[in-house]
Amino acid sequence: MGIAWFVVLSAFIFAIGAAGVLTRRNPLVILLCLELMLNAGNLALLSFARAHGNGDGQVFALIVMVVAACEVVIGLGLIVAMFRNKLTIDADEMSELRG
Amino acid sequence: MIFEAILFFVAAAGAIAGALGVVVLRNPFFSVLALVGHLLALAVLFLLLRAEFVAAAQVVVYAGAVMVLYVFVVAYIGGIEEPLGASAGPLRILGPLFAGVLLIEIAIATIGSGLRAVSSAGPVVGANFGSPEAIGALLLQKFLIAFEAASFLLLIAAVAAVVLARRRRGLEEAGGDTPLQIGRRPAKGPQADDPAVAGTGGEAGRSIDERTPTVAQGG
Repeated sequence: MGIAWFVVLSAFIFAIGAAGVLTRRNPLVILLCLELMLNAGNLALLSFARAHGNGDGQVFALIVMVVAACEVVIGLGLIVAMFRNKLTIDADEMSELRG
Repeated sequence: MIFEAILFFVAAAGAIAGALGVVVLRNPFFSVLALVGHLLALAVLFLLLRAEFVAAAQVVVYAGAVMVLYVFVVAYIGGIEEPLGASAGPLRILGPLFAGVLLIEIAIATIGSGLRAVSSAGPVVGANFGSPEAIGALLLQKFLIAFEAASFLLLIAAVAAVVLARRRRGLEEAGGDTPLQIGRRPAKGPQADDPAVAGTGGEAGRSIDERTPTVAQGG
């Protein structure tokens, strides 16, 4: 299997995730699509690590997973806070990002 | 070799199907389930790339712990079925268009790149490549600062989650927020705003009131 197959697959997944972030309105699903994009990045990192026969890319992928976990925690915390304050859970409605 | 190719195409089809499911499905709960399938397919691809430890971490941490967190939040908020693609105006057309352009751009950059390693199947690596031992040695010797930064990041995220999701005393002073009510308040809150729910609540209360005298008469 050529490494290019993996990289093109990761490009596909990244594009699907980007489309989801742009078109969906539920913040939960937007977070899920963000996960898709981060995972596509992980797949590309691991493919390049394999292409060079070097373990550094795998460590990088692990760190990306840590960042993704942090992002999930913060995002879900924000959504729960929105729900508690009885705001609409809709990215189009949440347009007042001031004070 | 042929087995590897078959496994790659099966896992790739699963990964793309899962990704499309996340974007297309209306119910967020099903989106989360599609993402779990996508992550499992991706773990198979990681194994094909000889990243055994990352694949295991992907299944245990991602598909396990993080997705359970998602399922809890979806269950807490309730699956809101949004009308698909009802987003206002130009973004509805521009979003997929942008994604298509992005895909074409990345594909051109990948296929047309001068990196010879990308078009090969990669060099022959030892059995140690991608094992927990190799990753651990790299993390603690070469990437110690990144490792420590990641641990600090996790700590900050944990504290931030508690700060974000806790109940704010200042905002809900009027409600008389006693510690005993903390568990019950969120369930009661939306009912007061929603006339339908309030109506059913009133009816239920009335039916109980009506039933009580008959029970008393029967006794």
